[in-house]
Amino acid sequence: MTYPLDSDAKFQQYAHPEALVSTSWVDQHKGSAGLVIVECDEDILLYNTGHIPGAIKLDWHTELNHPVFRDYLNSTEMAALLSSKGISREDTIVLYGDKSNWWATYAFWVLKLFGHEDIRIMDGGRAKWIAEGREVTQETSPLASTEYPVVERDDSKIRAFKEDVLKHFGKPLIDVRSPQEYTGERTHMPDYPDEGAPRGGHIPTAASVPWAKAVYEDQTFKAIDELNVIYRQEAGINDSADVIAYCRIGERSSHTWFVLKYLIGIEKVRNYDGSWTEWGSAVRVPIVKGAEPGAVPVGF
Amino acid sequence: MPEITPSATEILEAFNEVPRLAKLDLLLEYADQLPEIPENFRDRPELLERVEECQSPVYLITEIESNRVRVYLTAPVEAPTTRGFASILQIALDNQSVQTVLEFDDGFISSLGLTELVSPLRIRGMHGMLNRIKRQVSEKI
Repeated sequence: MTYPLDSDAKFQQYAHPEALVSTSWVDQHKGSAGLVIVECDEDILLYNTGHIPGAIKLDWHTELNHPVFRDYLNSTEMAALLSSKGISREDTIVLYGDKSNWWATYAFWVLKLFGHEDIRIMDGGRAKWIAEGREVTQETSPLASTEYPVVERDDSKIRAFKEDVLKHFGKPLIDVRSPQEYTGERTHMPDYPDEGAPRGGHIPTAASVPWAKAVYEDQTFKAIDELNVIYRQEAGINDSADVIAYCRIGERSSHTWFVLKYLIGIEKVRNYDGSWTEWGSAVRVPIVKGAEPGAVPVGF
Repeated sequence: MPEITPSATEILEAFNEVPRLAKLDLLLEYADQLPEIPENFRDRPELLERVEECQSPVYLITEIESNRVRVYLTAPVEAPTTRGFASILQIALDNQSVQTVLEFDDGFISSLGLTELVSPLRIRGMHGMLNRIKRQVSEKI
């Protein structure tokens, strides 16, 4: 860890306090060498309307996704992207964004596929920074390009594919979508466009824990006691569990993945980024409709 | 023959004149120009139609006044991209004749050259707005 950790008492309750920083920590350290502040939002223009001074923009959709096929950038492409952004392998990356850091945790997960070590989420994200009246600017200050090394993307530890899910029945699965998507009443998030999954419902045995349960109204993460109630007591996840989380395209479940792994401290958590847009469209996979998780399917 | 309006042509020229990355700044300028909807609709949200194709809450209503179409759109400031799309369509279509709006060329949206910059998924919201404007107008004549 290049940078001093944030000693904020709230973070010390979590399994990995080093993965979080507060807005005041960012305010104090922004502009320091070796620290790159990165904004990642749902809306590609939000950064342009005003951002933390010195912060750079990373767009989940046009930059992290492969431009042609459904995957993330490969190792060479990611090295080129991060080099052009001016990020070095040793840098401390602080991610923040809109909607309770939904897209910031997605970028966190993607960067972890490439093993970037020191990445931290700014608790409360963009909304908290602005609510506190901290400085924002429209001025962009691109960093000098670097030579980020080509690092092999490791899909084996924190990423799950459809085939992994089919072999996973009997172990914890978490569906982080809205209750209506879970029951099959609708195939996309309320207020969001339908991205084409033709079937409604959920993966058999999945527990329904909508992702936003993990944050307060001010968009900061809930205290550990409250998270333990939601995920350990109610969803039955324990330390030795092997968990897969999914949503519609893998972004909301990155948020839950972050909460389970870095805040609660569950070692083995994977994000199934194919999620419902793949599962709900796939041929010959089991689906359960309604509010009950459903039994372990036979013959799959 | 589908055609676009003179104000839409001006918008196209503006987008085609600027370099690739400056197109986003231009879109943001349009986002800032989206007028508020008239007061009588502000108090009657049930009259507005939700544009389901957009990620953020976007609502629209059209009115026809002596064969002229009035177009009103709302989009949150937290969603500047969507707001920019709404503003562009509002400028392009407001105060045009019914026939002009109904025959407005859908290809205008892709001609802006924004699809690759903001992603095809996001641009779908703009198509949703245009389709709904046309549908409302066709239902009101």
